[in-house]
Amino acid sequence: MSNRTDSNVYTIIFAIAMVIVVGSLLAFAASSLEPNISENKRLEKQQNILYAMGVNDNDEGSAIFISTDKAPEAFKTNIKEQLVLTVDASGTIIKSQTRDEYYNETKEEPYLIDIKKQKTNAKKGEPRKLPLFIGEKDGKTFYIAPIYGKGLWDAIWGYVSVDANMVVQGAYFDHKGETPGLGANIKQRYFMDDFYGEHLLDEAGYFKGITVSKSNADPKNEDKTDNEVDAIAGATITGDGVTAMIKSDLKLYVPYFKNLKNN
Amino acid sequence: MGLLSKKDAKLITDPLADNNPITIQVLGICSALAITAELEASIVMSVSVLFVLGVGNVVISLMRNIIPSKIRIIVQLIVVATLVIIVDLVLKAFAYELSKTLSVFVGLIITNCIIMGRFEAFALGNSPWRSFLDGIGNAAGYGVILIIVGFFRELLGSGTLLGIPVLGDPIEKTGLYSIGYENNGFMLLSPMALIVVGIIIWVQRSRNKALIED
Repeated sequence: MSNRTDSNVYTIIFAIAMVIVVGSLLAFAASSLEPNISENKRLEKQQNILYAMGVNDNDEGSAIFISTDKAPEAFKTNIKEQLVLTVDASGTIIKSQTRDEYYNETKEEPYLIDIKKQKTNAKKGEPRKLPLFIGEKDGKTFYIAPIYGKGLWDAIWGYVSVDANMVVQGAYFDHKGETPGLGANIKQRYFMDDFYGEHLLDEAGYFKGITVSKSNADPKNEDKTDNEVDAIAGATITGDGVTAMIKSDLKLYVPYFKNLKNN
Repeated sequence: MGLLSKKDAKLITDPLADNNPITIQVLGICSALAITAELEASIVMSVSVLFVLGVGNVVISLMRNIIPSKIRIIVQLIVVATLVIIVDLVLKAFAYELSKTLSVFVGLIITNCIIMGRFEAFALGNSPWRSFLDGIGNAAGYGVILIIVGFFRELLGSGTLLGIPVLGDPIEKTGLYSIGYENNGFMLLSPMALIVVGIIIWVQRSRNKALIED
């Protein structure tokens, strides 16, 4: 190394120049690509919701979304209403808005509500907004709710669709950074399909959730009323995360379904 | 060899065998155990590292005469982080599905010691072309081991390859499973990656005694 590059002044100038160059490069890349990225994210949410109600291009073994160019159209035809329920800290529904009422108030589509932010608000004791998508396909009604929680490394989330009795009609899970081959398998068909037909309520009609169980001795998942699905080997913490987010987030919708039954 | 001189060709072939970054230099072990439970993830990681190390080595080599030696490690880290983040952003904008598969690896690429190791040991003192070859060679040497480990872990741990069942159905008891074969869940856990790497090291050193250290 020459003397020139060893001097303190040179080092500091180099460091400053490097930060400016790299910083502006990254800022430029991030802001110029931002519209594309958020459009992709928006379409993905539509695909996720549609997936949970069975509108997808699944083949025999793998989970395949409806294609991005068809998603907005399918979302329009299949999702009949997007409710926004507001619950207070005790879990009582204090407000129920339709998509139009909510949109007029906030200029935001209910399916874009940031669930993570709502959960943080709820922790501070503020009211929490719960989106609920009502879909219709082949004369059947699906109630689709988003869930959000944490896995082993990072966030996990998903959408669960249920019928009026809170029996699961479909589920989609995704994750930010679970271990490939282990926790990442929550988004595999064999895991998500196990939830189909599982009951969220116990026999007495109380909310019990669905436990991702290591010891249910039911690997083919034939017992649908045990409130359990078979866990993925080597993915204990991710599985526990799925259990926890189903319990904590779907429980909040129970009053809505009680009302639905009573009317 | 028309395209590469003998010396240049060695840059590619050496890391594939007698100077392999994982089995001889024992670098990049962390990612080798984190993501090799599946063959597909191993392949994706290998290709990503191939790209980052190839391009990164060239960038560092081009800058080698202006990088202040006191902060060279930080500069190297910034170069690799910038590269990886830009690639991730571009993928998110134009190939969203692919970017979701790769997102797990982004952090692992940045912290991969092979990348910093090659920047420091080679690119800082060699021409861009030679650095490029060195990067490709080392990434390939890394990839080969990752793919071998991924192959055995997925085959013995889940009975599948690239997600396709090859040994029959463990629940319906068809194929190999009908005669009492069971998947070994241990293979899916990280320690088994180390043991598989250990077996590769053993095989390699028993074939070439010159690699054995006293």
